[in-house]
Amino acid sequence: MSTHSQTPQVLRRRKPLRPGGIAKNLTATVLAVLFVFPVYWMFSSSLKPQSEIMTKDPVFLFTPTTGNYTTATGVDLFWTYVRNSLTVTAGAVLLALVVALAASFALARMRFRGRKGLVLVVMMAQMAPWEVMVIAMYMIARDNDMLNSIPLLTLIYFVMVLPFTIWTLRGFIAAVPVELEEAAQIDGCTRGQAFRKVIFPLLAPGLMSTSLFGFITAWNEFAMILMLNKEKESQTLTLWLTQFQTAFGSDWGATMAASTLFALPVLVVFLFLQRRAVGGMTAGAVKG
Amino acid sequence: MTVDSQGAPTAAPQDASGRAPGTSKTLLPPSGSKPVPRPARGRRSLPGGALPYLLIAPAILSMAVLLLYPLVRNVILSFQQVNRKEFITRRPEWIGVDNYTQLLGDADFWTVVVRSVAFTAANVVLIMGIGTLIGLLLNRLGKAMRLVLSLALMMAWAMPIVASVTVFRWLFDEQFGVVNWLMRTLGFAGYDQHNWFESGFSTLVIVTVLVVWGSVPFVALNMYAGLTTVGSELYEAARMDGANGWRTFWSVVFPNLKPFFMITTFLEIIWVFKAFAQVYAMNLGGPDRGSETLPVYAYIEGQGQAHYGLAAAISVLTIVMLIAAMSFYFRLILKQEEEQ
Repeated sequence: MSTHSQTPQVLRRRKPLRPGGIAKNLTATVLAVLFVFPVYWMFSSSLKPQSEIMTKDPVFLFTPTTGNYTTATGVDLFWTYVRNSLTVTAGAVLLALVVALAASFALARMRFRGRKGLVLVVMMAQMAPWEVMVIAMYMIARDNDMLNSIPLLTLIYFVMVLPFTIWTLRGFIAAVPVELEEAAQIDGCTRGQAFRKVIFPLLAPGLMSTSLFGFITAWNEFAMILMLNKEKESQTLTLWLTQFQTAFGSDWGATMAASTLFALPVLVVFLFLQRRAVGGMTAGAVKG
Repeated sequence: MTVDSQGAPTAAPQDASGRAPGTSKTLLPPSGSKPVPRPARGRRSLPGGALPYLLIAPAILSMAVLLLYPLVRNVILSFQQVNRKEFITRRPEWIGVDNYTQLLGDADFWTVVVRSVAFTAANVVLIMGIGTLIGLLLNRLGKAMRLVLSLALMMAWAMPIVASVTVFRWLFDEQFGVVNWLMRTLGFAGYDQHNWFESGFSTLVIVTVLVVWGSVPFVALNMYAGLTTVGSELYEAARMDGANGWRTFWSVVFPNLKPFFMITTFLEIIWVFKAFAQVYAMNLGGPDRGSETLPVYAYIEGQGQAHYGLAAAISVLTIVMLIAAMSFYFRLILKQEEEQ
């Protein structure tokens, strides 16, 4: 387009700024500010001293303080919540990886009766409405004396992330050419060795992204733990954060520090993952 | 952000697996596993016999116990009367479809249904509309500006729901909230101590802002990613034929990205309809139970009112409505898989 509009006077390769271009960039700037503002506000409020939070007119420039973080992490049982959150997420993700690896290998590489049906089951399980199953889950847990149980919660989160993990790994395994595996077997590997030495290393990115997505899901889960784990000692950071606000009334500085602490791991993981997050969707949903 | 919007690739059938007709595969010697004698069947199978079933068993077993069983239990519970007394004595009473007849005859239930549907519709329309527009904008931006906007979207997308709900409560705080300040600064009267959570409706409006803010990035970024796959020669051709922007969108962009639009729309319908954390954590379904959507309604009937059987019936009805949306979604995905 720019080549047509080039006149001898305009020697630069870039086209001159037109009103359309300015409007475009202005809209983009406004949108960027709108989308990032809540995150920015959370972070900046968490660093403000109390006196600069309780103001009618918000303060944009201030001397940062870490006082709010001391308050937030000084809550009773804070480290129990951290430990519970880590146990539950790590347990769920690791279990899901092991179980999904076996299942997805079978689904991607083997033929057996019922394979198509199983693929369908996995697909449907991904959409399981966990949020509306909390009542039934509560009754089951109660009947088996497993309320306030970290192991049960870990297992539930494991099944929450399992279908997605199977689905993604199945794609990754299928993308490894069968010929590679065959070559290994011709060279004398057993099928198990071929899997370990050829497919497994190629799955690294897949394992990475599925476990990170599993981490995000388990870390953020709210409905199930709200229903099942009423005892303080068995709660996770999700509940700590929602109850923080009520417990601390209007100490918004500390509440925002708590939010920041809760969100930070996810934000980091997510920025790390973003390429896959977008690309993965389009790989399937939009034909190139 | 929407609960599951982080699970983006959920919708991404990565690759069509095991579909490559196995001429080369069948040459594989059944090494590694014990060669199990198989009955000669019409369809050839790869080595294994029992092996694939062993590999898949743990997955199936855990889903059966922790997913299928709770679903079945949910249905059973919906035919029982389990109130506080029965809950303590652990003797549920069979009452057939009484929970359902009670619900269907209850005006409150219908209010919640209408509210949930309206809430979902409003959210999905806004998410898809704004998401598409931002996607189109991203496609026309310069490199630097695109990066800035993408990063901002990414931040909103990544925010954990519970954290963003907390932040939105702070943004819309009655006394020191920055939104009230903004409204005053812009010259609107009556925002000195405006309570944004004064009614169920206004609470849901804030929830909508939150959900749209958190879900638009998913649509916008994927929309943009999809747009880059539409060949530029198609735009050229449209321009040569004298099509304007509007026309180009509807006759070039939309038909190319139709599967994307359809799949994303249904995904958003499902996600918003079953959203729990955003609605519940924002104002606990209040004030006066005025911002309850179906999942929150079920939770409060069960947990708050100790009507467990009734709550189970609500969740069964909710799942039935979800299944209607899901069946469209699955049909789209399956069609897509076949075409690939």
